[in-house]
Formats: sequence, structure tokens, C-alpha cells
Amino acid sequence: MSRITEILATFDDVAAHPRKAIDSFIQETGKGAVGFAYVYGPEEIVHAAGLLPVGMWGAHVPISKARAYLPPFACSIAQSIMELECSGVYDVLSAVVFCTPCDTLKCMSQMWRGKCPSLTFVHPQNRGLEAANIYLAQEYRNLKERLEAIIGQTISDAAITRSIAVYNANRRIMRTFSDIAADHPDIIDPLKRHAVNKARFFMDKARHTALVTELVDELNRLPKAAWKGPRIVLSGIMAEPDGFLDIFKEAGFAVVADDLAQESRQYRHDVPDASGHDDPLYRLAQWWQALDGCSLATDPSKHRGAMLIDMVSRHKADGVVMAQMKFCEPEEFDFPIIYQQLDQAGIPNLMIEVDLEANAFEQIKTRVQTFRDVLA
Amino acid sequence: MTVNIDEMSSREMLQYYQSLLDEKARTHKKEGKPVCWSSSVAPSEIFVAMDIALCYPETHAAGIGAKHGAMDMLEYSEGRGYSNDICSYARINISYMELLKEKARTGITPEILANCPGADIPLPDLVVCTNNICNTLLKWYENLAFELDIPCIVIDVPFNHQMPVEPHRKKYIAAQIEAAIPVLEKVCGRAFDHQKFLEVQKQTRRSVEQWLKIAEMAAYKPSPLNGFDLFNYMALIVCARSTEYAEKTFRKFVAELQEKLDSGKYAFGDNEKMRFVWEGIAVWPHLAHTFKSLKQNGMLLTGSTYPSVWNLQYEPGDLESMGECYSNVYTNTCLDNRAGVLSKVATDAKCDGVVLHQNRSCKLMCFLNNDTASVVQDRTGLPYVMFDGDQTDPRNFSPAQYDTRIQSLFEMAQQNKK
Ligand code: SF4
Ligand code: SF4
Repeated sequence: MSRITEILATFDDVAAHPRKAIDSFIQETGKGAVGFAYVYGPEEIVHAAGLLPVGMWGAHVPISKARAYLPPFACSIAQSIMELECSGVYDVLSAVVFCTPCDTLKCMSQMWRGKCPSLTFVHPQNRGLEAANIYLAQEYRNLKERLEAIIGQTISDAAITRSIAVYNANRRIMRTFSDIAADHPDIIDPLKRHAVNKARFFMDKARHTALVTELVDELNRLPKAAWKGPRIVLSGIMAEPDGFLDIFKEAGFAVVADDLAQESRQYRHDVPDASGHDDPLYRLAQWWQALDGCSLATDPSKHRGAMLIDMVSRHKADGVVMAQMKFCEPEEFDFPIIYQQLDQAGIPNLMIEVDLEANAFEQIKTRVQTFRDVLA
Repeated sequence: MTVNIDEMSSREMLQYYQSLLDEKARTHKKEGKPVCWSSSVAPSEIFVAMDIALCYPETHAAGIGAKHGAMDMLEYSEGRGYSNDICSYARINISYMELLKEKARTGITPEILANCPGADIPLPDLVVCTNNICNTLLKWYENLAFELDIPCIVIDVPFNHQMPVEPHRKKYIAAQIEAAIPVLEKVCGRAFDHQKFLEVQKQTRRSVEQWLKIAEMAAYKPSPLNGFDLFNYMALIVCARSTEYAEKTFRKFVAELQEKLDSGKYAFGDNEKMRFVWEGIAVWPHLAHTFKSLKQNGMLLTGSTYPSVWNLQYEPGDLESMGECYSNVYTNTCLDNRAGVLSKVATDAKCDGVVLHQNRSCKLMCFLNNDTASVVQDRTGLPYVMFDGDQTDPRNFSPAQYDTRIQSLFEMAQQNKK
């Protein structure tokens, strides 16, 4: 097995079996894990305490218990997280942290059905003001204190500052990886690309960084692939279940960049330097304010469409696939404007509904094949 | 024509002032003075202080729904790529905006707009959005501002998972109100009028006091107030609380209710068999049906949470106090507070049960209905029912299901009384 295959197999394994990864972290370190449900949380605070920050992005599970708590028109990820809550999947965690950028998460954050304590914080949605950063830094401070009480240890500013550096290093290597992966779609197919991204949420960040760095080095040694298939940019909350990306893989697509909340929105910019601000929590707040082009971060200039157009040209993509999380209102508001903009720019685009529970993909398959013909 | 306000009934005043507000917006537009579209619980004080005309998309969309004009607008927005899943107020309003835009561009009134039964309101020069009722508004107003290329003032009030509103949140909200002022100065081309601002705050407080008094009339048993009337009068606490229109109308309404009470003229005469809390927005396109089924059973709406949505009793001149009031609006608070407000409403209005609107449009207001209702039941012993509906998408309401649920609440409440 080549080193590349080995590394990819590790990411695959972690992404496919998060529980195993969490258990082995706990065993190795004797420390616990804290869940972030979900989107954007100050994971660095948990990391600084030596615990494992875990991303809670639902799973490919049938929905049954969750039906008692959520109406059928709650988004697919909320249904899925609720199902996992009810099934005890999160009971291994020491605490979970909810942020509430949408109405669904405001409600979900108050319906926690797991066993561990659940904590909340609220991002500011007025995103240009200094007062917003000051506010969010205080939210993080309160969150940190509540976490400290739960885990029984204090978390120092110096430790958070170190964790920010660890996370920034991971963000940088992930950006590099995303670019290099676009040159090697024969090796890094859409599913493998996703696994490298997803594994970030269940592995110690330094270890993830080391492995991705190694992967990048190995890929750098290889000549660029001569790729004939269509090249696309993915946009949305997330591109799961695997059956979804498998269609693109089978149809010979390359994902050359993404604008997914679960993937590159997490790392497309760093937590800013300490310049002028020693308070690491303030720096984490600045990260949120700098986040651009996300449906969950209020932006009356609707920059996301322009950003996608730019990504298409920078990565020489042939089209954009909008992965629309079923019943996600924030995303549904963005799409009509993005379509207009993509159409005006002459960029082919395809919207596909993402349902984490889905098992049948025949319809999607047909549409993806038609889209491939359009791009050819 | 001279208008004698003093001779008007409160209902006439309500209609008169509503049309006056729309007229003001149209005149402003004609004269090149600013018009702002506002979410229903945004700090109107700073706009009124600058004589900016305000229009309220939610109230406007509700009007279109009540007059059975929603379908055209909903289909239009679907045609433009807006999902059916989105709040129907937003879909209606975005359609209305697009149609006005088309009219402005072509000089021709699109047919759908010509047929629209809603009030004739002009395009805005800016929008203001406060997310104390939901975060849907943030996305909706983003789109308005983008499509019209106009300023979008966001007064963000973080959701309160615990009460009272924490000090750092009050500071953040106050800072946003302060930051909005230069935007208004720029739009208006003149300095902010701080003196008028203070007067407007005092006026707002007086309006709110009268608004709360109306709800107090429902404490009498039998009640002179039919709570469904709040759905109508609410238009003025939304659109005119920072002017004297709301205060005067509510004062009149309270006097009328007092008179009814004194003369023994109750809302349902001697047929008040049961009293209940209505949780959620009205089903505007089916308002008549929802009311009739209740009335047939002698079920009177006496408990409404609307009073607590506009319970804006802050200290005039204190921005943090104002920020706090805009933040602790019922819909922006935790389940415990929500259940507390509902339980108090139910007790104060001497209710026998709770009806919850499981509103397909409104994720925020319905995902927690189940949890909230069971807490209320634990605290008050009152039975509850939920029905599926939508405030302005007529397709999401089933009269048969509604009637069955209402009937079963009536029976549970009778059982409870024994
Ligand atoms: S998918 Fe959309 S609606 Fe659902 S929780 Fe995420 S942002 Fe909210
Ligand atoms: S109906 Fe609900 S989602 Fe729509 S604007 Fe009102 S509060 Fe927001």
C-alpha cells in the first residue's frame, strides 16, 4: 500500500467510525470530548483544555425517535442530530455546545435529549461593529467558565493562544490540500476529499495536520493528473450522505473547490494575529466577523454568489453544484440570488437536495448525468 | 373632508390611522423623503424621530393573506426560485418588492400587483431588521437590501437562553442603535434629532401602556374583549407605537370595553362556555373559519401572548434599557420564560385550555410548541391541542383537522371542570 493510500485509509476510517476515533482519543489521553452542534464553535477553547472537540453534523441514520420531537419540516441535519441524541450516541461526550445562527438551532439548543450538559452561545449577526467582537468575546468567556466548571479544570489564555496556532496551522494545510487535491482528482476523488475534511472533526488537530501535511507532500511529488471529466465547485451546508458524493465520483466529476459549511468555510481564513489584541477570545470573535459568504453569517451584500463565481474562475471549474440541505431556510434564501448571478455569469449550475436519511439516489443520478452532458 | 377623530369608534380609528400611515409613506416617496421597511419589533423610535416613513412587511403580508390575495404572490415567489419551505410572509413580501421594482423599471403595473388586495405601499429607501422574533428576518431583509441596493440596518438581539438579558448583550444592542444613527443622518441629510428621539420614546411607552391595558380587560369573566380583535388592533402596536395614533386608538378601545363591561355586554353575550389561550399567529386566509368554529362552541379567546411581544416598558433616554426591552421580547427568550409567560397569560385570563398553532411558516414559533405546552400543562393543569396551519399560505391549513382539534380541546376542558 502506498503512503498516500495508507493516509487516505486512516481518514476514511475516522470519518466512517467517529465513535471509534473518539473512544481511542479518550483511552490514549485520559481526557474527554466535547461536542459542537454544529457549524461554527470556538473549538480552540476545548482543545486548550486537552479535550477533543467533536463536530456534530448528524449521520446517515433512519429517523424514527426524532419524529416525536421535531415536525417533518425541520431540516434534515436537525432531524439527524435529534435521532442521535435520542439514541444515546452522544452520551460519550462530557458536554455539548450549541450555537444558534438559525431558528432551528435556537430550538434545538433547548431540546437537548442527550445525557451530558448542553451549553449555548450566540454569534452576533451585526457583523461590522467593534461592539460585536467585544460581545462575542464575552460570550466565549462565559462559555469557557461554564466548560471549566464541567470539566473541573481552568483553561488559561496562554493555552488558548497555543491552540489557536494549532488550529491555524490546520486551516493553512487544509487550504493547501484543497488546492492540491484539485490537481489530483484521480487520487483524491470526491469521497476521499470529503473524508479528509470530515476527519478534522474527530481527530486531534495536530495529528490531522501532520497527516494532511504528509499527504500534501506525497501528492506534490506526483505529476498533475490529466483530467478529462467535469470540474465542479460544491456549495451548501454539507455534502452527505456518501451516496450523494458517490454519484459524482461514479460520473467522473472532480470537486476542485468547495463552499461547504462543513468543509472549507471552516478553514478558508485564519484566526487573525494577536496584533494589538492579547485576548485570544477576542481573536476568536474576530474570526467570526471575518467569515464571509456563509448563509448563517448575515451579509446584506450577499457576497456568496460573487465568491462562487470567483472560485469557479480561480479553480477553472466547469460548474457549481448547490447541495441544498432539505428544509434549511437560511440556504433557501440564498439560492434564488445565487442562481441569478451564476446564470448571468454563464456558469452552469445544478441544485440537489441533501437529505441525510436518503438511501435512494436514482433521481439524483439521472440529473447528475444530464448535468455532465451539459458540461461536456 | 374634515375628520373628527373624537367621534370615531376605535375600529374606525384603527382603519383611519392605518391608511394614514400608508398615505404618509406614499407622500414621502413622492416628495423624495425616506421610506423604511421594518420588521415588526424593531426600534421604530429612531426612525420616527427622523420623520422617516415606516412600512411593515409582516403586517402588509398579513393584510394580503386576510384579503385572500396570498396565492398569486406565493406562486410568483416560487417562480423566482423561492422554496415553499420559506416563511410565507417573506415570500409574499419579496414578491411584492419584486413587482414594485418591475413597475418602477417599466412604468407598467404588473397584473399581479394591480390585483393585489393589500395596501399600496412604496418601495423602501432603507430597511431595518431586528431578529427578536426570528432569524428568518435576517435572511429576508438581506435579500430586500440586496435586490434594491439600499442600506440594511440590523439591530441584532442575541437569543436569550437565560433571563434576564445579560449586561454585555445590552451594551452590544445599545451600540448598534448608536451606530444606526449616522446611517439615518446620511439617508435624511440632516443631524439626528435627539430631543425628538426622547419624546418619541416617551410616546412609545405610553402606547405600550395602553396596549397592555386592552389585554387586562380579558381578565373579566365573562369578558368584554374578544381576543381575536387583538389580531387586528395589533397592526397599530406594530406600525404606530411611536406615534400618538396607537395610544389614542387603544385608549378609545379600552374605554369601549369598559363601557361594555359596565353595561354587561360581553363578547359572547351569555354564551361564553370556555376561555382559552391562542399561541401563535392567526391563520389569516382562514380567519373567519378559525373564529367561527370556536364561537360555535362558545370558546372565547382571552389569553394572548401578543401583549408580551410589545411589552416595551423601558426607561426613556436609556439606550441599554431600550435594548433590553427589544431583546426580552417573548419570542426571543428561552423555553422556561416562554412557558412562564404562557402560564401567566392562561392564569390571568382565566383560561381553560391552550390552542397552539403549529405554523408551517414559522420554525421558531412551532418547534418548541410541544415542549412548551407540556411545561404549561404541568404548571397549570390545562389541556392543550395543536393544529397545523400557516399564517398566510392557505394551502397549509385543514379546516377539518382544525375543527376536530378544537372540539377535542372543548371536551377535555369540560372533563377538567368536572
Ligand atoms: S441546516 Fe440550516 S436550518 Fe438546519 S440547523 Fe443548519 S442552518 Fe439551521
Ligand atoms: S412568521 Fe415566523 S418566520 Fe415568519 S417572520 Fe414571523 S416570526 Fe419570522
